[in-house]
Amino acid sequence: MVPFRFFTSFTLQEATGLRAATIPQLVALLKKVPEGCLYYHTHYFLLTHHYLTPEPTNDFAYWISEVLKEEALGEQLASLDIMAHATLEGLRETLVSTIEAYLARTPTARMKFASEGEEFFFVKSLHVIMPTRYQASTLAECVDALSQIGIHSLYFHIFEARLRIGHPTNDFALWFEQWGLKELAERVATLDPYGQTLEALRSVLISLVRQELARHEIAHAEP
Amino acid sequence: MPSLDDYAPVVGRSTIEELRDVVKPLSGRRVVMVNSTRLGGGVAEILQRMVPLLNELGLRVRWDVIEGSEPFFVVTKKFHNALHGKTEAITSEMFDVFLEVGRRNAERMDLDADIVFLHDPQPIALVEQRGRHRESRWIWRCHIDVSRPNQLVWNFLTPFILQFDAAVYSASAFAQQLAMRQLLIAPSIDPLSDKNRELSPEEVAAVLRRLDVPQDRPIITQISRFDYLKDPLGVIEAFRRVRRSVKCRLVLAGGTASDDPEGEEVLSRVREQAKGNPEIHLLLLPPDSHVEINALQRASTVVVQKSLKEGFGLTVSEALWKARPVVASAVGGIPLQVKHGYSGLLVHSVEGAAHAIKQLLHYPEYATRLGENGREHVRHNFLLTRHLREYVLMFLTVGSAQEIFHLA
Repeated sequence: MVPFRFFTSFTLQEATGLRAATIPQLVALLKKVPEGCLYYHTHYFLLTHHYLTPEPTNDFAYWISEVLKEEALGEQLASLDIMAHATLEGLRETLVSTIEAYLARTPTARMKFASEGEEFFFVKSLHVIMPTRYQASTLAECVDALSQIGIHSLYFHIFEARLRIGHPTNDFALWFEQWGLKELAERVATLDPYGQTLEALRSVLISLVRQELARHEIAHAEP
Repeated sequence: MPSLDDYAPVVGRSTIEELRDVVKPLSGRRVVMVNSTRLGGGVAEILQRMVPLLNELGLRVRWDVIEGSEPFFVVTKKFHNALHGKTEAITSEMFDVFLEVGRRNAERMDLDADIVFLHDPQPIALVEQRGRHRESRWIWRCHIDVSRPNQLVWNFLTPFILQFDAAVYSASAFAQQLAMRQLLIAPSIDPLSDKNRELSPEEVAAVLRRLDVPQDRPIITQISRFDYLKDPLGVIEAFRRVRRSVKCRLVLAGGTASDDPEGEEVLSRVREQAKGNPEIHLLLLPPDSHVEINALQRASTVVVQKSLKEGFGLTVSEALWKARPVVASAVGGIPLQVKHGYSGLLVHSVEGAAHAIKQLLHYPEYATRLGENGREHVRHNFLLTRHLREYVLMFLTVGSAQEIFHLA
């Protein structure tokens, strides 16, 4: 089997100087900011707050709920199904249409202003990707590596590989597919990683691979 | 001085391994750091820890400090206040003093390095020398809140800023729309330094006895330089409001940095306000009072940072690292450290601060939960190892316009 090579990725944050004080300003900027901004504001909080259960929401939802106090729209944005989007452009369309539809039926939301310093500041993510010292040629090695890799490596293969790098699904699912483990690949591909902490996600992955390993051991033990 | 491996028990072995791996392409690169003071203030404190660790990682880092006259530091303090948005009378003579000191420092300083890394406005004019070092990359690190800068000073600095390959700010609110790469890197605290390492309850009690602060009732503390922008007078007012219903003490502890000529004036106004009140403890501490600050933070029931403006406000991370509940103004980099209701309480006024302090005093379990969340938030986001990694990433990528970099 072709070994899994574990990579990791570190994020640098680049300021754009673009800021919104109202929801109409936010949606106008959402239409034109680079994809790196969309990725940053819908994903970076997963890394910075990965120890909190439940995690705070994505940056758009947090700002609209906590700063502008437009909780109904905040809830809608917090519950966006990011997994249903194959590209950041698709995610952009959903964000824009959700906010515009809300503004159309809630005209008073246009009047909400963030005070000085509490505006929404658009940030873009830059990524430095590098190989780690971990690789796996068997399911057992995969369990070992999964338990040892840093949180950034896990984050890279699950989130960044799909939406920022453009892989069709998360890397683990792709690897298992290549190893011919179709059932495991499908279970990993359909995991919703957005509703859990990164450590919880690590445990789920390890558990799925262990189950597969146990199944293989039983199959080999049978005469 | 601790080595990198000493941080593994705090941040995890994999974090240290990743740092050692990512830095490899920079082995032997020469970096020169320049700021305005070796002692006092957050910048000097970070560099004292950062420089040896970058060297341990295989870079060759030197740290130099600009030499300035007293009038120069008066000017740079006025610039500092003006960049924070405080009204200051700025004259053309001040710009002359600033440029003259920059020129004199350029003559004596060795800026021959792969990366020249200047901190804050004081040494910024050195960038005029970059023509002599064509292969070097130049980075300007702005530690102050320039979200609403005095335009006269900002327009004076902008032509210098634009000569750098990258500018670095502590929070996104500070960045302006400039045609250059502007990065966001939060500063950090060192969990192994005297200011942040674990202290036993006996050590804490001994320090408080020595500082003459009784531990007979809840202690509310603000640690900061005596500076208008830290609003020590507002803290006294908030304390007075709390004290009407809760018996407690207030500790205002800090010093003055060697590049801050205004400190004495602020201190005398604070003394005036606190006069005759035995429950308010004013502690003027020398710059090396790290263990004292550590003990004061650990002994506090609530830690306050009621700044009007803040570059970042590392005292917030220091308090959170000790799992102390924090009440802090929603300014500068503080909202990055305190997620309201998750890892502390954010306030916007004296009244708000008083109300939040009372809530924490009345509901100790809630206060404990905020403090514990705060400690984890700092562990993952505001410790020196994260800061080191981001500097390394910046050194690796400075000068490139790419968004995704692949290292072999």
